[in-house]
Amino acid sequence: MTSLGTPVLEVADLRVEFRTDEGRVPAVRGVSFQLHRGEVLGIVGESGSGKSVTSLAMMGLLAGSARVSGSVRLRGTELLGASDKALSRVRGQSIAMIFQDPMTSLNPVYPIGYQVAEAIRAHHDISRDAARTQALQLLDAVSIPNPAQRVDNYPHELSGGMRQRVVIAIAMANGPEVIIADEPTTALDVTVQAQILDALRSAKERTGATMLLITHDLGVIAGQADRVLVMYAGRVVEAGTVEEIFYTPRMPYTLGLLGSQPRLDMRRQRLHPISGAPPSALNLPSGCPFAPRCPLAAPVCEAEEPPLTGAGGHLSACHFSDQLVGLEPGDLFRPVSQDSEL
Amino acid sequence: MPDQDLRVAQRSQTQLVARRFRRHRLAMISLVVLLALVLLAFVGGWLWKYSVADLTPDESVPPSWDHPFGTDAAGHDTFAQVLRGTQISIGIAVLGALVATVVGTVWGATAGYYGGRLDTAMMRIADLVLTLPFLAVAAVLGHNLGGSWWLIAAVIAGLYWAYVARVARGVVLSLREKEFVEAAKAIGAGDARIIFRHLVPNALGSIIVNATVLVAIAILLETALSYLGFGVRPPDTSLGLLVSDAQTAVDTRPWLFFFPGVFIIVIALTINFIGDGLRDALDPQQTRMRR
Repeated sequence: MTSLGTPVLEVADLRVEFRTDEGRVPAVRGVSFQLHRGEVLGIVGESGSGKSVTSLAMMGLLAGSARVSGSVRLRGTELLGASDKALSRVRGQSIAMIFQDPMTSLNPVYPIGYQVAEAIRAHHDISRDAARTQALQLLDAVSIPNPAQRVDNYPHELSGGMRQRVVIAIAMANGPEVIIADEPTTALDVTVQAQILDALRSAKERTGATMLLITHDLGVIAGQADRVLVMYAGRVVEAGTVEEIFYTPRMPYTLGLLGSQPRLDMRRQRLHPISGAPPSALNLPSGCPFAPRCPLAAPVCEAEEPPLTGAGGHLSACHFSDQLVGLEPGDLFRPVSQDSEL
Repeated sequence: MPDQDLRVAQRSQTQLVARRFRRHRLAMISLVVLLALVLLAFVGGWLWKYSVADLTPDESVPPSWDHPFGTDAAGHDTFAQVLRGTQISIGIAVLGALVATVVGTVWGATAGYYGGRLDTAMMRIADLVLTLPFLAVAAVLGHNLGGSWWLIAAVIAGLYWAYVARVARGVVLSLREKEFVEAAKAIGAGDARIIFRHLVPNALGSIIVNATVLVAIAILLETALSYLGFGVRPPDTSLGLLVSDAQTAVDTRPWLFFFPGVFIIVIALTINFIGDGLRDALDPQQTRMRR
């Protein structure tokens, strides 16, 4: 995070709008961030906050009904608006992606070794045998036991955790500069999550890649990320280092997220969830989109949407961010009622 | 060693499909019967002492040891003719179904994958072909293009590819929304690679089943065409032509009519049953047969 210089990936004012029968749906409303070599940037937010759409827009994988504007630069080269052919060379080679559900992201009719080899052969002109040898090494690198035997297995013969390892092996196949992991552990058992995170970390170390880790699990972020973006209703509402986000949040929404997370290191702790639901992207409130759920909301919040500002690297979008200094989730949000606790 | 235990349980996709197919008794019997027929036609026809054009001194004799299916008024050996007819009919049906399947699959998969205006344009063309009255068009084409067997196959393919295209498009439409297609894009696979390496192999189950049914349909269409005089022409023969030639002899020399008719029915029936068996074996949702 301290390694300054030219960023590997630079996203500026990324906006995505979907055209639907009910009208235009702004899914991402001006997201900007930079990724520096070797760092892990976490993006947190609840469902519908625009996390996944952001990552798909960066890869140029959104459907035709999406209007994308802004700028996504990979080492200075603009990716938005590039031809599909040019993007094909970038995808998998410079930017790789790990999808949420390993049950569906592998092709059911090919053995896993073939699929890893295919990722290599899509970008390198090497023989089948050479690709297979590399595929074996990759399967070994993500800790698949007995890779020599597993290489000819079909996806349905492997467990979810094993399949996600294969997906990770595919992502690291060409030594990409950026790995985008879109909720890599969400579809898996909690017991498997730690192993997959280990595999991810070794993939990152092996390739030296920068990682964009998208999740709604704050625990995953705390353990893996260097910096964090908190997204709400298509915008970044707070950005900072993991320490800043977890210990000195400057946005009530972040504080609410922290209060909604059960923690093992605190005894007899009550959860303080955020009441209400995120606004529909079809009709966002005119001011701060979090205002309807925010205990600090004042008339100014409904009047104007606060910009993302702050000193140093710690940015937040709240009119009252100064008032949040030293507050605990319990100071703002009401605990869950006694009878709903088990 | 635990590794060896794992190996024992491993079965490839193909093995699983073959296993499920073997459990389908009717399909297995049909496969054996059809293979025997094909062998009889292609190898037996070559070994048999009479050829199609041979005129034997025996005219209009009923089945005997010398002429198992009898002879016609000119002295042609009906057994030799039925074998030759089977060769031609199967050749036409298989070639026609194969071409229709390949063309239809490429057409339908392309339309389904790209969607939008291209899809609309391509499928309207296919719909247009489907609205043509098959038998009438095939008769006109067959009549004007001459009677060589591969031309008949081309006519059949030209009429049935649209039917395959619809099936292939339908399957691809649902497959292209699967995450593995997005994942393939994310590793940098191009459109052609996604269509032919990812979508078509996943649609192969439905396509193969369709192709077998198409073979049966093509056999019957060829028969109908030849019966109407628009298909294969003498001196060559096909099963349909044999039935047509013998239509006046049903009362007097039933063997001329009976044997080619039975061959047509047996071929069409066995292919349909094989298609049934394949459908069950290739359907991954099918668990009844799996054990």
